[in-house]
Order: sequence, then C-alpha cells, then structure tokens
Amino acid sequence: MKLKELDIEVEPLAGAMPVFRASVAAAELPEVCGWSHARQARLVALWGSDETSRSAGYAVHVALAFPSGLLWLSAPLPRGNPRYPGIAGTYPAADRMQRACADLLGIRPDEGADARKWLRHGAWPESTYPLRKEFDPGKRFAQEPDRYPFVAVAGEGVHEIPVGPVHAGTIEPGHFRFSIVGEKILRLEERLGYKHKGIEKRFESMTLAEGAKLAGRISGDSTVAYAWAYAMAVEGATGTEPPGRALALRGILLELERIANHLGDLGYLGNDVALAFGFSQFWRLKEELLRVNARLFGHRYLMDAIVPGGVSRDLPRAEAEGLVRLLEAMRREVETLQAIYEEHAGAQDRFIMTGQVLPELAERMGLNGFAGRASGIKRDLRVDYPIPPYQQLDPRMISHPRGDVAARVLVRFEEVFESMRLILALVQELPTGEIRSPLAQSRSAAGVGWIEGWRGEVLIALEAEGERIHRLHPHDPSWQNWPLLEHAVHGNIVPDFPLINKSFNLSYSGQDL
Amino acid sequence: MYQILKQIARTGIVTEPAPPSDEALRATAQRLGETILKHFGRALAIRHVDAGSCNGCELEIHALNGPYYNPERLGIRFVASPRHADLLLVTGPVSRNMETALRRTWEATPDPKLVVAIGDCGCTGGIFGESYASCGRVSNVIPVDVAVPGCPPTPTAILQGILTAISAGAKA
Repeated sequence: MKLKELDIEVEPLAGAMPVFRASVAAAELPEVCGWSHARQARLVALWGSDETSRSAGYAVHVALAFPSGLLWLSAPLPRGNPRYPGIAGTYPAADRMQRACADLLGIRPDEGADARKWLRHGAWPESTYPLRKEFDPGKRFAQEPDRYPFVAVAGEGVHEIPVGPVHAGTIEPGHFRFSIVGEKILRLEERLGYKHKGIEKRFESMTLAEGAKLAGRISGDSTVAYAWAYAMAVEGATGTEPPGRALALRGILLELERIANHLGDLGYLGNDVALAFGFSQFWRLKEELLRVNARLFGHRYLMDAIVPGGVSRDLPRAEAEGLVRLLEAMRREVETLQAIYEEHAGAQDRFIMTGQVLPELAERMGLNGFAGRASGIKRDLRVDYPIPPYQQLDPRMISHPRGDVAARVLVRFEEVFESMRLILALVQELPTGEIRSPLAQSRSAAGVGWIEGWRGEVLIALEAEGERIHRLHPHDPSWQNWPLLEHAVHGNIVPDFPLINKSFNLSYSGQDL
Repeated sequence: MYQILKQIARTGIVTEPAPPSDEALRATAQRLGETILKHFGRALAIRHVDAGSCNGCELEIHALNGPYYNPERLGIRFVASPRHADLLLVTGPVSRNMETALRRTWEATPDPKLVVAIGDCGCTGGIFGESYASCGRVSNVIPVDVAVPGCPPTPTAILQGILTAISAGAKA
C-alpha cells in the first residue's frame, strides 16, 4: 500500500498504533525526509542496528510522524564502512541521535555532519562499537580521558561556568558549559551521556517477557509510559490483544503518572522562585497520591504495573471509588494552589518571559510533549491518534503560545485537571473482564509502542527474533527537547537557569541509555 | 498573603515520626567514634550523587525532603557541595561514565565521612548489572557503610539507612 501523505510503498505493522514500515536506499534518505518535512511530518527517532546475524550488513532507521501514523523507514547499509547521508539538515534534532548511532554502532553520516562523539566518553575506545553483535557486553576497557571539544566563546568579558556532572541539588548527572557576560547567558552547551549504562545492549540479552522490567527502568519517572510502550510493541510483534479492562487500567496508570510528575515539578517551580510554601504543599499532595498508588497498585511509582498482555493488578470497585474521592479532593486543593501561584507577584515576575521558546523554533527543532504544547505545538498522541482507552474520552489538548516558564506552568496545571477528569471517566466506564491475555506465540516480527507520557512521546521500536529481542530502541522525548533548553536560556541570567531547567524537567537517563 | 497563611493553617503539620535505625542495612561495621557520631547525629550534611540511576531513586530522595518526612527537623540537610558533606548518598549502578566523577566527589568529601548506597542498583548493580558501560554496585567504586535495597526504596527506608549510618551499631 501507499502512505496517505507520501508516494512511497509501505507495509502496515500490526499493533495498537497506526505504524507503517518501508525500506529505502540510504542515498534516498535525504530526499524522503525532505518530502516528509514538506508535508509537516516530524522526526520521532533515529537509530541504527546490526543485521550481520541476519546475513546482511547494518541499517539506519528513521521514525517520522505523519497525520495518518508513524512511518518507520529502514535503510540497509553495507558491512564495510556503513555510511548514510545525514538528515540533520532537514531535522536538526537528528544531530545527537546520529552521533549516538556512530558511537554505538560505527554507522556514520557522510562528511559534513557533526562528527563529535555523544554517548561515548572514555569507557570504550573509538573503534569499538558496543551495539555490534560481535561485541562482548561483559568486556571492560581502561578509562580514557574524555577530551570533548566544547565550543569556546571568545570576546571581551566572556567567561565560562562549567557545571556538573555532579550538580548542586538532587538532579541527574550531566555537564552544562555556560559562556556568560556579567550575569547574562551568551551560550549554553550541554554534554550528556554520563548515565549511559548499556540499556540497549542489555535488552539484546533478554527475552520479550524479561524486557518489560528493564523497559520500566529506562527513565524511572516515566516508568508507566515506557512499560506501556514496551507492552504495545511486544503485543504488536506477537499479535496479542490485551483485554479492554487492561487498556482502561493502563489509561488510569498513565494519567496518575502524569499527575504525580506535574505536582512534583509545580512544587519545585515554586521552590525555585523562593516560594517554599509551594514546594511543601505540592509535595504533600504528591506524597498522598504516591501512597494511594502503593496501596492500589503495589508500587508508589507504578513500576511493573503494566506487563505485556495487560496489567499485573486489578482495581476492585471499592478501591476505584476511593481513588475518585481522593482525586476530587485533590482537585480542589490544586485549584486553591493555582490561584495562589497566579496571584503571587514575585512568582509570576520570575515565570513570565523567562526561558522562552517561540513556536517557530519549537516547530523547527521538534520540541515535543507538554513543553511543545506550551510553545504552541498542538500535538498530543492521545488526541492525534485516539486509540483505546482514549478513543471515547475526547482528551482535551492544552496549549499556550508564549513558550515561557509561565506557559509551561499553566499547561502543567491544566493537564493535572484534565488527567483527573480522564481518570474519573475511565473509572466510571471500566469494562469488566480479564486484566491480562496470554502472550501469543512469538513470530520473528517487529512491533512499535508509541505513548504520550507526561514529558512527551515515548517510542519503543522492537525487532524480535522468536522469543528473544534482536534489537530494541527506546526513544525518550528528551532527545528532542534537550537542545531547546540551550536555546531557552539565551539572554536569561544564570540564576534563572535552574528554574528554566525545572520547567522542562528533562530525562538524563532516558537519553543516555 | 492571606490565602497562603490560610492554606498553611488549614494544612497543619503532616510530618510523621522518624523510623528507628536498622542494623540489617549496615554493609560495613561502624568505623566512626562516639564523639563524631554525636555531632553527626545533631547536624548531618548530605551530598547526593546520582552515579547512573534510572532516576527512580531520585524521586524518593525528593519525596524524603517533602513535608511528610522532613529530615531537617532531625538535623539532616542536603548540601550543594561534597566539601560541605559528612555523608554521600549514592544512587544507581555506577555508570563507567560517572566512575571518575563519583571517585572525585568521594575524595572531595572531608574525613570522617560516610557513604550510603541507595536502591537495588546501588546495592547489587540491579537489572543493569556490570558491563562495558556499568561498574555495577556502588561498593565496586567507593567504600560503602550502609546499603538500602528497594526499587526504589521508600523515603522511610532511605531515612532509616541514613540514621543507621550515624548510629553506633556494632564496632569494627
């Protein structure tokens, strides 16, 4: 068949989301990406794979989101010198993904592309590629110095502030290199990869059943989104149909995760503008929600609640009604706090026009998730591709055009309320029946999971080989959003960086893998 | 301002009693003397180091600093630099890309110091294990006094681990 938006032969992939696969010659990649870009398709992910065990060479994969669904393009590459024309010219967000692919697989974009390393620091040598099939995952190399070529900013009065990888607060490790004049930030350069712990290689030693637990630990704050995306990919690859009740429960779990994360960040955003009251209040509410999570689903952050085939624990009627009562009480509390935040002159002064990302730049760079919506990008997988359980609920898209910290605060507040509404609707209409279907016999097939997590879209692209994982690429929305943080801080003062950073709250672990 | 005060008064104090220390969490016998422990017990400065976690343990360290647990009432506070710290709270399997940074942070922490490893990954390497990219458990890189299992451990368990580290326990 042909893709609706593009004259290209595609094969629909079984699974919950509309996904189409196509093979293209590497040389055609820029052209296909150019057409796609012209038709408003956005880049979701780019990754590579070693196909030598399948008597081929390597491959580079690109996932693009069209209105009709996700297009998974694969370009086969030769065994010797696997190169492809880079696509960062069309999709700037591809830059770091291409560099990670070069570090892990030795699959490089052509001359002219950014050739600096990204995930590799000094833990393995340049000519060694951990994601190649021949690589022994247990092998340890002597640490080499990193020697990363940061861009130096010159000029009168310019100086650098290096921050991290160990930060001043309870934050994940990463390095930020600020070039400043006085208090103003001229340039920020991020150096990530500190948390690279070989997740993708680890997946390749696992069966489809074993992988679920690891998927839930790619980025702990998005464990539900990842677990659901993983389950969706496995269900697609095996042709398993999860029961309706399980899908509704997954919806409840995902929205609980969204509420918990937004509440925590709204508290920290208060804290970062010296409104410690906000921190105490929101973390009180979050704690109450986490305790209910633990009681109802056995885990404060809902880890391992979603499993391939369904969910691991049912929600009895009485418990569901208790959850509804808690959320109704919590909604009133959050409304009170929203009014306090909005009327607090000091907080608003810090929030408004701080860390601005305008819609045009957000679109060009592919900012996604709630941060994208706060920069006028009206995209939300729950709205754009309404699959069960969201199909019947008509989720409301919340957006704001200003793209500053205040807009991200507003979108978070509104998303908390909307998630509460969705949970109440899901509880009321909870289908009866089983909560888990047995996994169908594995075929060697591909599957895709694609979920709107609280931060943005989480993608799992899976290629199974019988019961085993041949290749799995988990893609965090932070890949797209990190480069925008570098832009958001331009012209802001250094003391506003923690506030701007927290307003996005991006994942290090999710992008470092 | 009135709304803020009203909300504070309406909320009241939610802080719960602190848990007792738990000798089962101790990885190495207590090395510090009574005098030092007496001081640590009244004003303990903690530096958190994420050495490669999935960020799940960080969620619980944040929660620990919330009003339900409120460690500051016990004299426990989180500080911005290892040079101000008495205790390192380390999460994650130690990624090889964080190995040097963790070791340097430990070296920058003045003696006498304590290390508490947090989470299944900090205790054993967890699901990530040891590999080309992961050193595994925290004690593979720096000496650990107390190890708190859990995925992630609850704030109560983390607090219990910290209190165990500064309690006398069995002498080495």
